Amino acid sequence: MDFIITLVNGLSMGGTYAMIALGYTMVYGIAKMLNFAHGDIIMIGGYAILVGLSVNPLLAVLFSMLFCMLLGVLIERVAYRPLRGSSPLAVLITAIGVSYLLQSIILAIPQFGADTHYVVIIKDLGSLQIGEVLIGYDTIITLAITIVVMVSLTLFIKFTKTGRAMIAVSEDRDAARLMGINVNFIITLTFAIGSVLAAVAGFCSLLDTPWLEPYYGSLPGIKAFAAAVIGGIGSIPGAMLGGILLGIVECLCNSVQEIAPYTIAIEFIILILILLVKPTGILGKKRREKV
Amino acid sequence: MALLEVKDLEVNYGLIKAIKGVSFDVNEGEIVALIGANGAGKTTIMHAINGIIPKFAGSVTLADKDITAIHAHKLLPLGMAQVPEGRRIFQELTVYENLQMGYYIGRDKAQFKARLEEMYSRFPILKERSSQIAGTLSGGEQQMLAMSRALMSGPKLLLLDEPSMGLSPLYVNTIFDMIKEVNKMGTTVLLVEQNAKKALSIANRAYVLEIGKIVKTGTGTELLADEDIRRAYLGG
Ligand SMILES: Nc1ncnc2c1ncn2[C@@H]1O[C@H](COP(=O)(O)OP(=O)(O)O)[C@@H](O)[C@H]1O
Ligand SMILES: [Mg+2]
Repeated sequence: MDFIITLVNGLSMGGTYAMIALGYTMVYGIAKMLNFAHGDIIMIGGYAILVGLSVNPLLAVLFSMLFCMLLGVLIERVAYRPLRGSSPLAVLITAIGVSYLLQSIILAIPQFGADTHYVVIIKDLGSLQIGEVLIGYDTIITLAITIVVMVSLTLFIKFTKTGRAMIAVSEDRDAARLMGINVNFIITLTFAIGSVLAAVAGFCSLLDTPWLEPYYGSLPGIKAFAAAVIGGIGSIPGAMLGGILLGIVECLCNSVQEIAPYTIAIEFIILILILLVKPTGILGKKRREKV
Repeated sequence: MALLEVKDLEVNYGLIKAIKGVSFDVNEGEIVALIGANGAGKTTIMHAINGIIPKFAGSVTLADKDITAIHAHKLLPLGMAQVPEGRRIFQELTVYENLQMGYYIGRDKAQFKARLEEMYSRFPILKERSSQIAGTLSGGEQQMLAMSRALMSGPKLLLLDEPSMGLSPLYVNTIFDMIKEVNKMGTTVLLVEQNAKKALSIANRAYVLEIGKIVKTGTGTELLADEDIRRAYLGG
């Protein structure tokens, strides 16, 4: 029974990682850059929820999604777009700068500062009992959201014209332009989607870990990035798989007292092992060239 | 009337002057060939026309509209499509999805279906392979797909960059037959080729490019008979 509970918790935590990893992987695949500040969007989303909670929890979450979407689009427009075509290193350093900027903005706001805020979005969430298995509603909500997000994103990419245009841009930007695809618009859209997903992940994460502070997004961000790499960076199913895998490993490790202190180390050892066996990640592929 | 007019075009890569003042035009209904050896600057001219690389100087007009500074993605709606060098089909998409991308700017479902059928009847192999991932097609099939994709939007002007590159002679003939047919049905063609003999044989007019400059122009037949051209490009 314990094992099933651990597995369900792992799936749910993995779902949160997957939603963050999707943002990394989509931006990497389409805009060809590592958005180092992606994790901090989660944190900002948390503060947006905190602000919105004074009105109503549902509105708070919707406000956070909208706020993060606009923030993501703004960051791309102001910080990344002017650097398009310059060296990847310049872009990476800018992204790191944006990450610190976002943290510093929170630190600079007197109401927030460096304090830890206890964020209760839904009071007394409780648990669901199925036979002997007791599963928290936070876990169930996260799982349900993850499923909805993954299914709708997959359908969007596969079956809408805009979704396929995203694949086209990720594969060959110039060829996509020749099809009449506005690459700037597709990149903006990618940042918008990725940032909304980060806000949603932030919400799920707060249900589980309600202590919000300015570095709230750092560790989940790095782990989700690892998840994206494990799955194959640039691959959408890969990010989903990598996230779920990492979540399950994490919960399994945490459930064994002797191993629990080494969880993070084990996660990154798995990352290294997978990259040794398959450098492109589990579902990542090399570009084919054909004459 | 000139459909496409390129005037005094100059393109630099850093300090290297790749295109040093090139002017040419393509009239409605023509097939115009731009021939030249590897590295002469043919692809550079194509990319400068479609806005993928910046122009240092000069102007480009399409049907009397100045398109010198236009964004690449706005050219297809104006009726100019291009098959880039190396085909550049979307390898991860299916054949059908590639053709859909060719109709990205279109909105009319019936027109899409009609165009799709047109492409499928021209190249039945594409219909057979419609749900196959495009990256798994052979080189010749990929070229057919690339041409079909470019035609899905129903362009007035089609730019082709080395459509015969790397293809077996059989496919080369198929592709050139298609170019002639497309032209007969009303599409103007600017054809860039290293395969001068083939290109000149179907072109109304041609320009010869040598290290970033046009050195000769004439009708296809004239150039085929030209002594210098024979020696330099047609193997004696
Ligand atoms: N991205 C680039 N950077 C620097 N030089 C380039 C680049 N692309 C092409 N060139 C140079 O410009 C010249 C023309 O190249 P290109 O237009 O590709 O010729 P062609 O298509 O006729 O073979 C060549 O000397 C080539 O080396
Ligand atoms: Mg070339």
